Amino acid sequence: MKNKTSFLPREGEAQPSRCPDNSAFKQQRLPAWKPQLTIASVLSSFFLTGAFCLTVGVCLVLSANSVREIQIDYSDKCSDCSKFRENSSNWNKECHCSVNFTLKEDILGDVFMYYGLQNFYQNHRRYVMSRSDAQLLGRNVNIQRSYCAPFSTYRNGTPMAPCGAIANSMFNDTIDLFYSRNSSLIQVPLLRTGNSWWTDKNVKFRNPESYNLSSAFAGTARPPYWQKPAYLLDEEDERNNGYVNDDFIVWMRVSAFATFRNLYRRLRRVRHFAEGLPAGNYTFWISYNFPVARFKGRKHVILSTVVWSGGSNPFLGIAYLVSGTAATLTGFVITGIHLKLRKKKTYFQRQ
Amino acid sequence: FPLQNNSIKTSKYNFFTFLPLNLFEQFQRIANAYFLFLLILQLIPQISSLAWFTTVVPLVLVLAVSGVKDAIDDFNRHKSDKHVNNRPVQVLINGMLKEQKWMNVQVGDIIKLENNNFVTADLLLLSSSEPHSLTYIETAELDGETNLKVKQALTVTAELGEDLQKLTEFNGEIRCEAPNNKLDKFTGTLTLRGEKYALDNEKMLLRGCTIRNTEWCFGLVIYAGPDTKLMQNSGKTTFKRTSIDRLMNVLVLVIFAFLALMCLILAIGNGIWEHDKGYYFQVYLPWAEGVNSASYSGFLMFWSYVIILNTVVPISLYVSVEIIRLGNSFYIDWDRKMYYPLNDTPAQARTTTLNEELGQIKYIFSDKTGTLTQNIMCFNKCSINGKSYGDVYDMSGQRIEINENTEKVDFSYNPLADPKFAFYDHSLVEAVKLNDIPTHRFFRLLSLCHTVMPEEKKEGNLVYQAQSPDEGALVTAARSFGFVFRARTPETITVVEMGETKIYKLLAILDFNNVRKRMSVIVRSPEGDLTLYCKGADTILYELLHPSCNLLKGETTEHLNEFAGEGLRTLVVAYKSLEEDYFQDWIRRHHEASTALEGREDKLSELYEEIEKDLMLLGATAIEDKLQDGVPQTIETLAKANIKIWVLTGDKQETAMNIGYSCNLLNDDMEDVFIIEGSTSDDVLNELRNARKKMKPDSFLDSDEINIQFEKPSKKQIIIPDEQANGVYGLVITGHSLAYALEGNLELELVRTACMCKVVICCRVTPLQKAQVVELVKKYKKAVTLAIGDGANDVSMIKTAHIGVGISGQEGMQAVLSSDFSFAQFRYLQRLLLVHGRWSYIRMCKFLKYFFYKNFAFTLVHFWYGFFSGFSAQTVYDEWFITLYNLVYTSLPVLGMSLFDQ
Repeated sequence: MKNKTSFLPREGEAQPSRCPDNSAFKQQRLPAWKPQLTIASVLSSFFLTGAFCLTVGVCLVLSANSVREIQIDYSDKCSDCSKFRENSSNWNKECHCSVNFTLKEDILGDVFMYYGLQNFYQNHRRYVMSRSDAQLLGRNVNIQRSYCAPFSTYRNGTPMAPCGAIANSMFNDTIDLFYSRNSSLIQVPLLRTGNSWWTDKNVKFRNPESYNLSSAFAGTARPPYWQKPAYLLDEEDERNNGYVNDDFIVWMRVSAFATFRNLYRRLRRVRHFAEGLPAGNYTFWISYNFPVARFKGRKHVILSTVVWSGGSNPFLGIAYLVSGTAATLTGFVITGIHLKLRKKKTYFQRQ
Repeated sequence: FPLQNNSIKTSKYNFFTFLPLNLFEQFQRIANAYFLFLLILQLIPQISSLAWFTTVVPLVLVLAVSGVKDAIDDFNRHKSDKHVNNRPVQVLINGMLKEQKWMNVQVGDIIKLENNNFVTADLLLLSSSEPHSLTYIETAELDGETNLKVKQALTVTAELGEDLQKLTEFNGEIRCEAPNNKLDKFTGTLTLRGEKYALDNEKMLLRGCTIRNTEWCFGLVIYAGPDTKLMQNSGKTTFKRTSIDRLMNVLVLVIFAFLALMCLILAIGNGIWEHDKGYYFQVYLPWAEGVNSASYSGFLMFWSYVIILNTVVPISLYVSVEIIRLGNSFYIDWDRKMYYPLNDTPAQARTTTLNEELGQIKYIFSDKTGTLTQNIMCFNKCSINGKSYGDVYDMSGQRIEINENTEKVDFSYNPLADPKFAFYDHSLVEAVKLNDIPTHRFFRLLSLCHTVMPEEKKEGNLVYQAQSPDEGALVTAARSFGFVFRARTPETITVVEMGETKIYKLLAILDFNNVRKRMSVIVRSPEGDLTLYCKGADTILYELLHPSCNLLKGETTEHLNEFAGEGLRTLVVAYKSLEEDYFQDWIRRHHEASTALEGREDKLSELYEEIEKDLMLLGATAIEDKLQDGVPQTIETLAKANIKIWVLTGDKQETAMNIGYSCNLLNDDMEDVFIIEGSTSDDVLNELRNARKKMKPDSFLDSDEINIQFEKPSKKQIIIPDEQANGVYGLVITGHSLAYALEGNLELELVRTACMCKVVICCRVTPLQKAQVVELVKKYKKAVTLAIGDGANDVSMIKTAHIGVGISGQEGMQAVLSSDFSFAQFRYLQRLLLVHGRWSYIRMCKFLKYFFYKNFAFTLVHFWYGFFSGFSAQTVYDEWFITLYNLVYTSLPVLGMSLFDQ
C-alpha cells in the first residue's frame, strides 16, 4: 500500500486533464456500415428487387382479374329521366327507368352492389370542408359558424339538418335488382345496413337525443335537394335513420378522386341466392333522382365480388409490374455497361 | 463626449424588451419572415387552405428554440454583468478609502488595488508598493498572454506613495485621446503644477488585467465602463460565411421561385377548371361568396397553394444546419488524435460555422516560426569578431555531426549557468576564460540589450520571462557563458559578469518593432562609460555600420550565410560608444519628443535613427529553431490532396528556403525553383514573366483564354481559372519584391505565376504583406484559403483568410484568439482538413440533398393532387401530419445521418 502513494499525482497536477474522453461516440468510432458497390451486389439487388416486384405484381393482377364484375352506365339508358330531372320544377315527381342485363355464368360468393359517379368532384376543397362534424355527432350547435355555407340555414333562419354541400348533394337514386326466373320477377334480397365502417356508424355519427327521431330533428329542415327529411331516410328500418343511416354515412366519406364508386347494397344470401347470383336475366329498377347531366357526369351501377386483394382495382398490380420491369431492365443495362467497360477496369484501379 | 461611469452592460435585452427585440431579430431571417407572411395569409378565410396551426406550430417551435437559447445567453450575461458591476473596490473619497461597487466608480476617481485584484477600469498608474513604483500585471484576460508585464508610474506621481492626504490633494490635468480599441497604444499628457509629463501605454493599467506580485497600487480612472479598451475591443466580430451558406441561400431562393411557379401553374389550372367544370358543378357546390369569375378564383387559389406548398420551403433548414455544424465542431474538440499531451491542449473549434469549408481548402498560407517549427529557440552558433563558433571539429579539422554523445561544454565555472543549456564548441569558452575583449563585449551586449524579465524566487534559481523566445535564448546563452542577467529595474540592469556583480544604469531603451527590426539600449557602466548596444536584422544593421567595419562585415556576412544555410535564425549585434555631451543633448530631445502629443511616434523614430548610426560590428548570433514533429509528412499528404502551400515568413531567404527543403516543401524532384528578388517594378515583372514562360509558354499567346478575358473590359471581378504548369515548380519571393508585385498592375502577374507553382515561399514579409497575399488569392481565385500561424504577426493573415487556424504554442495567444480553429501542432492540420473537413463537407452535402429530397417528395404530392381535385388546394394528408412532418417525423433521420455518416 505504501508504494501506491508514490503514484498519486502531485498537487499541481491534480487538475483534470483536458484530454478528451476516449469513447466510441466522441472519437467517431461508432459502428458504421459502408456498402461496397461491387458488380455482384448491385446486379443481384436489382434483379432480386425486379423478381420480387414482378411476382407480387403478377399475383395481384391475376387476383384482380378473377373478380367478377358487371358495370352498367345508366346515365344514357335513362336519358328520359335525365332530361326530366334537368327541369328543376319536377323535383318532387318520380321518374323510373329499368336497365336489363344477362348473366351468362353464376356469380358465386358475396356480391356487392355499388353506385359509381364520374366527374363528380367530391375532392374539391370547399366541398370537403362543407360539413359540420359536431352536428353529425348529434350535438346542438350553431351551424352558422361552421363551414356549411351556403347550405347551412334557409332564409328564414331554419337550420338544415344535416348541413353542408356534401350532405345536400347526397346520392338519392334508389336501385332495386330483380331476377327473372321462369318468366316471373323475383326481387333480389339486398342488405341496406352493415355497409359502413364501424367507427363511422358508432363513433363519428350520432343522432340527437330525444324520445323519438322526428322530435330530435324538430326545428330543423331537410337540405334543399333532399326529398325526405333525415329521419325518414330508411322507411323500413327504424334504426337506420337520421345521421346513422348507412347510405348517408357512406356518402359522407368523401372520395379522393372525381371518379369513384360507393358501396350501396350487399347481397343477402338466402334461398335462390345462397350461392351468389345465378346466371340469367336481371333488371335494375332505378328511381332516377340524382341529376348529373349539368356537369357532364355519368352514373353507373356495379355488381362485383371481392378477393383477398380487394376489389377489381388492378392499379397496385400494375404498379408492381412496372417497377419490377424497370428494376430488371436497369439490371440488364448495368450488366451491359459492365461487360463493355470490363476491359477498361485498369483505369479505376490506377486511382 | 460624455464620460461614462464604470458599469458595463453586455446584455442585449431586459425583461420587458426581450420579447419584442428578440422577435424582431428573429423575423429578420428570411425563413421566419416567410412563415409570418404565411400566417397572415391563413387568416384570410377565402385563401386559408390549412388550419392556422399548421404554420404556427413549427414557427413557434423554431422561434421558441432560438428564443430560449438567446434568453439563456442573455441571462448569463446579465448575471456576469451584475457580478462584475458589484465587485468591491477601494475608492479614495475625501481622504478616506471607502469600499465601493465597481459600477459606481467614475472617471477621475483614485482607486487602490491590491495583489491579485482585477483592474477595475483603465487606470493611470500613480504609485505602487514596489520600488520605483513598478507594478506587475498579467494580461491573460485581455490578450491571453500569461507572462508578467511590468508597468511603471511617472516619478512625479510615484512620490505620492501611500499618502492618502497627498493623493487626495493630487490635482493634475490629464489630456488623452478618445476611447479606442488599441490595446498597445495610449497617448496623453499629465499637467501637474504647470509641468507637462508624457503618458504612454507603460503607465496604463487596463481593465481585464490582474495585479501580480505587487502589494498595492493606486490608479486614476481614465476610461471607465464601456470606454475601456477591453469593452471597446469586444465589438461585433465579422461573420465568416461558408460557400455552403451562400449555396443554401441560393437554393432557398430557387425554391421560392419554384414554389411561385408551381402555384402559378395550379392557379391557372384552377381558373381553367372553374371555367370549364366548376361553373357547371355549381348545382352541388356554388362558388364561394364574393367569387364571381373563374379568374378571380384562380387568383385566390394561387395564395391558397402558397400555403399548402409551404413545406417545400425548409423552415427547419437553418436550425438543422446549425445543429449539424455544432455537432461536427464538438467532434473536433473531442478528437484525441488532435490532442497534444505535452501541454495538455486539445484542438478547439472556436467558430462552429465553418466546418464544411475545411474540406474545400485549396490554399494554405502558413507562417514558419512556431507553426512549421517548434519555436523553442536554442543558441546554436555565433560569430564574434570574424570568428565563427559553434561547430565541433575533430583532430583532422573535419566537422563532426553533433549528436547525443558529443561532449558538452562544461559550465561548472559559473554557478548561475542554466543547467539545460547545451553548447558543444569549447573554443568559445576558452575565449571567454581568456578575457577576450570582443567576446566579453558580445556577451555583455546579449545580457544587456533585451526586454526580458527575470524572476528569482529562490537564490540562484533564475527564470526568464521573455516575450520573444529569441531573446530568451540569447539571454540564457549569455547567462551560461558567465554574463548573468540577474535583475532589472526601470533604471538599472544588474549583471553578474564572470562572478562579479555590476550594475549598469539603463538610460534609454530604443524598442523593437516590425519596421525598425532592431532594438538598442543605452547604458552607463559602473566605470562611467556610455555605450549604445544594438541588435537586429542583418539587412537593417549593415546599413548603420561605421565604414571601418567593412572588413569584419565581409567575414561576418560569410558566417551569416553559412548559418542561414543551415536554417538558423540570425541576428547581428553591434555597439557604439557615445559622447557625454551629445548624449545629454539627445536625451533632452528624446524627452521632448516622448511628451509630444502629436506625431510622437514619428519624432521618436527620427531620434532613434539619428543615434543608431556609425555602429561598430561585434558579430552575429545564430539560433536554432527545430521543425515540429511530422511536418514533412503532413506537408506531403496535403500536397497529395492537391492543396497548395504558401509559406509566409519574416526570415531571410536562405533560412526560409532551407526550412522549405527540410520540411519537404521544396525538393529535388522540382523542375525549377524560381527566385524573385528584383528591386524595381520592372525587374520583378520580368522575373515573374520569365518564370511563367518557362512553366507554360502558351500563356503568352493571344489565343490564351485568360488573356482574352483580360482584353474584354468588364466591371465584374475577374476570376482567374486554374492553369496547369508543365511540371512541378516552386517560387521564392522576397518581401522587397513582393511589395512591388502587390502593386496594381503586377498583382495579376503574381497571381498567375505563383498559382501555377506547387509551392510558394515568401520571405522577409511584414504582417501586412501576409494579409495582402491572402487577400490577393482570395480576390482572383475562386478557392477557399486557410491561414495558419501562431504569433501576433499572423493575426491579420488569420483574420483575412476564409479560415484562420491558430497554433497554441509559444508566442502568446493572440493568434489563437483571432482564429477559427486552434490546436497545438502543425501536423494536426492534416486530420482537421482531410478527416474532419472532408466528413463535414460530405455530411453537409448529403444532409442538404436528403433535406430537399424529403421536402420535395412531400410537397410534390400536393402539386400532383391538384390536377385531380380541381386545383382546389385540397390536401392529401392530415393537417397535423403536415404540421409536424418537417419538425418531428423527419428531422431525426436526417440529423442522424448528417452527424454519424462516415
